[in-house]
Parts: sequence; structure tokens; C-alpha cells
Amino acid sequence: MSIPGSWYLVVAALLFGLGAFGVLTRRNVIVMFMSVELMLNAVNLTFVTYARMLNDVGGQVAVFFVLVVAAAEVVVGLGIIVAIFRHRATVTVDDISSLKG
Amino acid sequence: MLVLGLVIGFPLLGFLVLLAFGKRIGDPGAGWVGTIAIALSFVAAVVTWILLLSKHAGQRTQVLRLFQWIHAGGFHVNITFRADPLSVVMMLFVTGVAALIHLYSIGYMKRDARFHQFFVYLNLFVFSMLVLVTANNLPLTFLGWEGVGACSYWLISFWFERPSAASAGKKAFIINRIGDMGFMLGTFLVFENLHSVSYSQVLPAAHRLPAGTAEAIALLFFLAAAGKSAQLPLFTWLLDAMEGPTPVSALIHAATMVTAGVYLMARLSPILALAHAASTTIAIIGVVTAFVAAMAATSQTDIKKIVAFSTVSQLGYMMLGIGTGAYVAAIFLMVTHAFYKALIFLSSGSVIHSLDSEQSIRRMGALAKLMPITAWTMIIAWLSIAGVPPFSGFFSKGSILEDAFGRNELLWVVGVVTALLTAYYMGRLVFVVFYGKPRWQEVTKGHEPHESPRIMTIPLIVLAVAAAVAGLLNLPYSGLRFLHNWLSPVFGSALVSYHLSASEKVLLPATDAVVALLGVVIAWRLWRNHSERKALEPTVLLKGWYLDSFYDRTFARGGTALAKFGDRVVDPTIIDGAVGGVAWLFRWVGGLGRKVQSGLVRSYLLIMVGGIVVMLAYVLVSAAR
Amino acid sequence: MIATVISVPQLIVFIVSVVIIAIGGVGLLSARYPVHAALFLVMTLFGVAVLFIEEGAEFLAAVQVVVYAGAVVVLFLFVIMLLGVDREEITSFAGDTVRVALAGVGVALILAELFIVATGAWVTGAHAVAGKLSAGSNIGVLARSVFTTYLLPFELTAALLVIAVVGAVILSRRMSGVAQPRAHESREV
Repeated sequence: MSIPGSWYLVVAALLFGLGAFGVLTRRNVIVMFMSVELMLNAVNLTFVTYARMLNDVGGQVAVFFVLVVAAAEVVVGLGIIVAIFRHRATVTVDDISSLKG
Repeated sequence: MLVLGLVIGFPLLGFLVLLAFGKRIGDPGAGWVGTIAIALSFVAAVVTWILLLSKHAGQRTQVLRLFQWIHAGGFHVNITFRADPLSVVMMLFVTGVAALIHLYSIGYMKRDARFHQFFVYLNLFVFSMLVLVTANNLPLTFLGWEGVGACSYWLISFWFERPSAASAGKKAFIINRIGDMGFMLGTFLVFENLHSVSYSQVLPAAHRLPAGTAEAIALLFFLAAAGKSAQLPLFTWLLDAMEGPTPVSALIHAATMVTAGVYLMARLSPILALAHAASTTIAIIGVVTAFVAAMAATSQTDIKKIVAFSTVSQLGYMMLGIGTGAYVAAIFLMVTHAFYKALIFLSSGSVIHSLDSEQSIRRMGALAKLMPITAWTMIIAWLSIAGVPPFSGFFSKGSILEDAFGRNELLWVVGVVTALLTAYYMGRLVFVVFYGKPRWQEVTKGHEPHESPRIMTIPLIVLAVAAAVAGLLNLPYSGLRFLHNWLSPVFGSALVSYHLSASEKVLLPATDAVVALLGVVIAWRLWRNHSERKALEPTVLLKGWYLDSFYDRTFARGGTALAKFGDRVVDPTIIDGAVGGVAWLFRWVGGLGRKVQSGLVRSYLLIMVGGIVVMLAYVLVSAAR
Repeated sequence: MIATVISVPQLIVFIVSVVIIAIGGVGLLSARYPVHAALFLVMTLFGVAVLFIEEGAEFLAAVQVVVYAGAVVVLFLFVIMLLGVDREEITSFAGDTVRVALAGVGVALILAELFIVATGAWVTGAHAVAGKLSAGSNIGVLARSVFTTYLLPFELTAALLVIAVVGAVILSRRMSGVAQPRAHESREV
């Protein structure tokens, strides 16, 4: 008998929490970006777990699409980071506050 | 009753033509266009009169309905005009006198820079006046009422380059606003109680009004009439209105517009008949106005001011007639007054014209030989207004005084004293201006004043004839009371008739005649060879009983002080404070909001996390339920 | 009770991969240099890939390793190298304690809520909308679903990837131009 789905879900939740905490506390944009990837992975794990629990391939299809979108997101996101770095010579989020009201 | 439409339509057409092409037609073409429009209107009015004359006495009220004007809920106002004996009388003398004054103006306004504009206003005025007198409901009357008010404003300040003319126009407009308030409130009360504003429905139903309401309506409309017809305490504007060109003074501020108040009261006679206290008030205010203005007229030195006070005085007589229920007498005086007062003004204008706009009687004198037509027409007008038999004033003023005597002897005494004063101050005017020694050399710089051109003297002669014989309209002998017979169906039971004994019927007119001749003689003795008598011209009368300076001290300065208070205190603190406070409030709230917009991505993310927490909590709570 | 139900090898694999994930995640959070963080990320991704295999998602595990651990992390490393590999980040929370505390509270709340969700018995309405997972080999089932039911989204991902590539190219090209806006452009507006 395999491991119960709830265990995976707990692991996914922990991973999500780690990612969220990273996004919230790190100052380096690249590291924040990696934390976002962690959160995405946590969600993917949840999808796969529910797919197994509900015996539905739809969860895995969703992960498939998430992977594609994540790849695209990383490309564009890193492009933006490079552009910002060229413009302002910094990758620290707190220095990039042009939107201050 | 399509011809009624023509009566009103011709002045409107003239106005529109002059408005569009007046400048191109120019001087004197524009004047002729205006004059012909009014003359055609007069012809149409005569046709209307003949058509009504051919009908039975009870069916002489004809209504011309054009279209619906206002329809709001139960409130209907139509553009409807009314031809009945009263409005036909008004139409006839308005268009008739106006046509003559238009003709006169062609000469008087010659070479004025805005010649065509003068006739634009004049035609618009006649149109408004005709709307006023023929309207079949209160709002339409009010439209005409305001129309004549606006034209009066434009024409008083026609020479607006002079600051005094501009401010006189404003004064007339503002003081008339007080009266307009009465008109509107009165209209509201009528609608509130009778659910209609149409004369056709209101006047027959007037008897349903409760007595107190009728008094209130009568007093409110009298307030309106007091503004327009220059009664105490609102007459001061009429004296400043003399800043306008003299034909304007003749047409608007003597013959026609100022009688609108009297017409309004006569039109509302069924309501007035119910309001005894209001009627008494009107009679008292009328006779006091007549006396006060006549006293002031004895001391004026400006020829137009004398005539203006005389107008106020005569309007007081008309209101006395209205107040005593003698509507026919009031209308009779209105018609004869229109003739002789227009004549006096036009003669004065002729004098002023020939003396290069000099208006002080101190610098006139001995003009009778140089300007014979002007002098003779003025003398006829003087004898008419003084009430010397057999000129028209004798009959019209006499019938007013008779009814005043019937109502109350005191009213009659004041009226007779005023009549004496009238004969005296007009005599003073005539003797000082046309006789004595010439005092105009300074003004004319050598050359002699000469008679005005024929285009100005013809209207004078026509009016002089009318002023002399207008008494024939309503002779006090049975069978010859044409105006009375013509008008009495309109007033019906509202018309009060007092029974005088046979001796009174002889003595009262005799007294009038004696008083008039006495005034003439006194004036002859005092002013034949004098142009100045300090003892007889006290400053209090010259200044018009200080009424103007009283208004200036109280209302004008009070208003100025109030405005200053508003400017210095209310505006900077309360108004600006409120406006600035609102701005400050939004900036403060915005400042709070700005703190959220730190530009720090991690702060935004933190808020996002808070959102996620709340959303998940919502999912949990809703799932647990 | 659990031990009797769950097979021991599976349990061992699960525990090991969870430990790997945990080390990777915590390491990522505490790494001072971005390069180290990237390597910890690879570790975590591998751990998750193992969990995918455990749950029968072999294809996704493969994609995870190839696309994520391979392409994406390499891309991260490229950018890190481009921007300077020795760029050190202040990782101490000094001067930022309030925000960190708030972040901790927020994350803790999310975790608490997620645990309730994870351990509760949740029944959703629709089963096997996209087809049963146990209908055949994993890759076959997934392929059938993607190429039939989800064909249109699948095709759209192609467009998405093209757009992403074009966007990345334009971003990295135009920024240098924007830094010095040409004068005549702004005047012609």
C-alpha cells in the first residue's frame, strides 16, 4: 500500500511555505524568483497528489501546462531582471521602487 | 380672432427684421421699418376693436390659442391671447401712442450711433407690452411683464457710455425684481387655490377664494404693480429712468409700461373685489403716492424729473381708482394720461433736443416764441393734466375723485390737494421754460434754439388733439359714457358705483375745475417772471423726500456691508475653509494610501500573503459549514 | 498502524526525498550567494521529481528533471554569471525584523490552513473529468488527454513559448536604447 496522499500534501504545504517565506524575506531578485519556483513546485506536487487520489489525469495535465508556463515565465522574468540590471546596476528589490506613490 | 395675432405679430416681425437687417437698413430706414410695423399693429388693433364691437356685449371675449407652452403634471400653460374690451383698449392706446413715438424718435434719434438698435428695442418693447395686455394667463402676462422690464433696462441704459445711465438701468431692473417676486408668489397662490392660471378659468372662479387668500393674492399682485407702476415705496427707479432717451421716457416710463401695474390690477378685479382690506390699502398708497410725488415735483429743476414725478403722481391717482373699485375711471385716466403725458415728454424732448441736451429748466426760458408748436402742445398737455375743463384730464381725474369721494371724504381731500399741486407744478414748468427771460445763451453758444423738424412736431400735434378731446371717450352724462359701457361687462359686479346726490354731482366737478384754475393762476403769479424761488423749492422735496438716500443708506450700504462681510469673513474662512478642507481631507486620506504604495515589492507581497490567508480561511469556513 | 499499511521501501524513499527537499528549500532560503541558491534549487527539484515517480507521474518527473533542473536552473545560472557571480546578499534580518516577523506569521497561517486542507477528508464533485489515470501507461494516458481534450491549450502553449522568446529578445535588446531616449522621438509626439 502506498503512502497516503495527505502526507504529500503536507510536504507540498511545507514547500509552499518555504517558498513564500523566501519571496517575502530575500532581497535578491534572482533568489526571490527561485523561491517562486519552489512555490510552483509545491503546487505541482499537490496537483499530482490529487490526480492520484482522485484517479484523474487532469491533475497531471495541469502540471504539464504549469511546467510550460513556468519555463516561459522564467525566460521573460530573467529577461526583465537583466534589463533592469543594465538600467540600474542592481538586483536588490528594495532599490527598485519607481512605483512608490 | 386671427387679427389679434397680427396685432402682436407685426411688432415681433418688425423686431426680427430690424434685428437681422437693422444695421444694413440704417438711419433713418430702420426707424421707418419700426414705425410702420407699429402702425400696422395699430390698424390691426382697430380692426380687432371693430370686430368686437360688432358682437353682442356679453360675447366680446375672444381667445386665440396658439400652442401649448408648459405641461407639467396638472399644470398647463398655453400660449393664448385674449381680446376683450379691456385688452382692446390697452392695445389701441399702446399701439397708437407707440406709433407716434416711433415716428418722433426717427427725428429725435437722428445720427445716433446705435440708431437701428434703438428701434430694435422699441419694437421688442411694444411686442412685450402687447403680450402683457393680451395674454390670457398669468405666466404669459409675466412673460410680457419681464419682457417690458428687460426692454426698459436696455433703453434706460441705452447711452451706457454714461455711468449714470448704466446704473439707472440696473436700478430699474433690481427694484422691479421686488415686484416680480410678488407677481410670482401671487401666481403660485392662485394656482394653489384655483388649480389654474388661465384668466378664462380663474376670473369666473375667483369668488371661490377664501377672503384671507384673496387679500394675500391682491396684496402680492399689488406689490408687483407697485414695482412696475412706481408706487410708494418703490417709485425711485422711475426718476433715474429719465437717463434714457426722451422718447423712451415718453413711451415706456409714462404712457405704457408703467400702466402695466394698473392694467394687472384691473384685470384681476374679481379677486380685488373680494379683498376689502387690500383695496383700502391700495387706495391709501395710491393717494399718498400721488400727493408725495406731486409735492416733490414742485421743487425739481430737471425738466424730465418734474415730468417723472408727475407720472408717479398720476399713477397714484390710477391706483386710487383701482383701490376704490373705480376700474373704468382708472382705465380712463390711464388712456388720457397716456396722451397728455406722452405729449409732455415729447414736448420736453423737443425742448431738450433744441437746447443740445440741456435738461435744467433754469437754463431755459422764453422759448414760446422760438418753438411755437412745442409750446402750444405743451400748454394743451398742461391744461389737460391740470384738469382744466374741457380738456381730457378734467373728466378722467374728475371721475376718479368722484369715486374717491364716494368711498371716503379724506381720500378725496388729499386727491383734490394733489390736483391743485399738479396744476401748480406743471404751470411752473410751462412758465419757467417757455416764458420769462431767455437763460439758454450759455448752452447754445450764440445760436438761437429753433423749432424741431416736422417729423417730431407731427406726433406732438396729433397727441395734442388727442389729449384735448380724449374726454369725449367717457363724458359723465348718461348715453355718453362710451368707455364705461364698453368696459363694464369686463368688470361686472367688481365695478363699484357710488351714489352721489344731485348737488354733489354738480359741486364735485366744479371744485375740480376751480382747483385746477387756482393752480394755474398761482403758477402764473409766482413763476411768470422767476426761474428760482428758494423758499418754494426746499431741498427735502428736491431730493424726493430723501427716499433715495434712505435706500442708499439702508439697503445699498447694508448690502455692501453684507457683501464685505462675506468677502472678508465668510468667503475666506467658511467657503474657502470648506473647499480647502475637502482638499485637505483627500490629501490626508491619500497620504494614508500612499504609505501602502511604498514601491517595495516585498511589502506588496506581504499584503498578498495576507490576502491568501484570508481567502483560505474563507474556503475553510465555508467548507466547514 | 501506519507501518502495517505502508510498504517499507516506499516509506524510505518518501522520507529520503522529503529530507532532500527540506535541505534544498532551507538551503535556498539561507544561501548567501545566488549560485548556491541555484544549486539548492536543483536539489529540491530532484526531490520533488522523486515524489512524482512515487505517485506514478513518471513523465512529469522526467520533464521536471529535464526542463526544470536542466534548462531553467541553467538559465538562472547564466543570469547569475552575467550579473556577477560574487555578488553577495545581506541575508541577516537586522533592520527588517518587523517585515520578517509579519512574513513568518503570514506563512505560518497559510501553513496551518493548508494542513487542515491536506489532512481533512475532501470530496470534490466531479471525478475523472479528463479521463481515468489508471487507464494505461502514464505517458499514454497523459498524451491522450493532452492531444484530445486539451489540444487547444496545448497549441496555445506553443504560441506562449514563442511570445516568451520574442519578449526576452526584445527586453534584452531595447533596454539599452530606452536608457538614452532619442530627442527627436519625444518632440514628434
